[in-house]
Amino acid sequence: MNLELIVFLILAAAAVVSAILVITRKNPVTSALYLVLNFFIIAVLYLFLRAQFIAVIQITVYAGAIMVLFLFVIMLLNLGDDRLMKWKFNSTRTIASLMGLALLAEILFYVINFTTGAGLSPQAESIGTVESIGKALYAGYLFPFEITSVLLLAAIVGAIFLSKKQISDGPMEKGNE
Amino acid sequence: MIAIEALIKIVVLVVIILTIVAYLVLLERKISAYMQDRIGPNRVGPKGLFQPLADVLKLVLKEMIVPAKANKFIHALAPVISITVAVGALAVIPFANYIVIGGQKISLLIANVNIGVLYILALSSLGVYGITLSGWASNNKYSLLGGLRSSAQMISYELSLGLSLVGVLMIDGTLQLDKITMAQSGGLWNIIYQPIGFLVFVTAAFAETNRLPFDLPEAEPELVGGYHTEYSGMRWGLFFLSEYTNMIVSSALMVTLYFGGWSLPFVNYSALGANLAALVQFVTFFAKLGILIFVFMWVRWTLPRFRYDQLMNVGWKIMLPLAILNLLGTGAVMLALK
Repeated sequence: MNLELIVFLILAAAAVVSAILVITRKNPVTSALYLVLNFFIIAVLYLFLRAQFIAVIQITVYAGAIMVLFLFVIMLLNLGDDRLMKWKFNSTRTIASLMGLALLAEILFYVINFTTGAGLSPQAESIGTVESIGKALYAGYLFPFEITSVLLLAAIVGAIFLSKKQISDGPMEKGNE
Repeated sequence: MIAIEALIKIVVLVVIILTIVAYLVLLERKISAYMQDRIGPNRVGPKGLFQPLADVLKLVLKEMIVPAKANKFIHALAPVISITVAVGALAVIPFANYIVIGGQKISLLIANVNIGVLYILALSSLGVYGITLSGWASNNKYSLLGGLRSSAQMISYELSLGLSLVGVLMIDGTLQLDKITMAQSGGLWNIIYQPIGFLVFVTAAFAETNRLPFDLPEAEPELVGGYHTEYSGMRWGLFFLSEYTNMIVSSALMVTLYFGGWSLPFVNYSALGANLAALVQFVTFFAKLGILIFVFMWVRWTLPRFRYDQLMNVGWKIMLPLAILNLLGTGAVMLALK
């Protein structure tokens, strides 16, 4: 066994364990921290695939921005209360469980039909760099890229609109009179 | 072999930086003293030069008090996150070009990664965890408020920090810090091309390092000690250490990105021989670093603290638009000169 495979197996096991800990911990802050740990391990796995850009973006965006906001909300809501975390059956949870089972079946299907892949492509190292991803985004996929940015802009405007208090009460109405 | 080489570099660098940090604390106290017409620490050793040793000894020997209802594990983890993130960023900073030992070229950069600048940004975005978690784990209102404030502050200023850098990246066309230094060593420093970008970067760096005029997370009159109210002994010491290490990292980044890194104009390094050149470059780098760190301290003891709403207004309504305008302007000029 080569060193890379050993390290990969350890990390893969750690990723699965941390993912399980995310959903089994009682304290939501601990759960969130295990999710951050999971993101880190996934980032290292990306590095194994020579995808350095994706790896560093995974850490900056998921661990560094999104999870910080999650932690914010959890801390401010003070969800430490056990009553809130008790398992209760309702329609949402039933649907969620069914979808989880479907996903599990899908994963199992691929695990059973697993064949060893062709290995890492020799160009993988150059494909994963910032330069080649930038070129691909701005030359090959410019249109989808721009559409995504418009979508994000719409989401930002929507978030600001929702967080503003009652715009119709403001000076706008006075202007209409 | 590579692993051993890297390990030696890491140990040497960490020892150098931690020594510098210890003396920066003394320097800061001396500078603040002269600015306030006092003498400053002068009892331990000649002119107070052994004061850092006494400080460290005091911190190590002090009891670490953990509040009764605190989350003990996270309370211990938070300062470790802070210092790890701060020291980790040093790995990609080129302090000098290379030395030759026994006919072998040894680069004075610990990790020469393709994504150098992104790596530093990723680490700085993780620095928030140390502070937020310490605030939460202490189970104290003031700590929590301080932690939340600082996270909001760091998230807000990260955007302008990242955007202000892009101008430099556009000019030099690389994310590798040693290549950025190389690009400047022949011609003009980037500060000439990017004065507005530099201004935004400096402001954001002050906010990211939680230093005055943006040190609201530990605003004493409102929040007692802020996020580290419930910390004592070496755990508190680690927060202190990471604040100064962060200051070194930001200054080193400024030196590399805007002030030509280890290079000096009009010096012909190839005439000096590799090892002497490396020494000159090393000294140059630390001289530039020292000047910038002095500016950090100068600002701290000159400007009063911003109010929280002012801080947010400056961040979102002035710094962010300025950074975007700078980006547009840089792009337009580069297109016109093409």
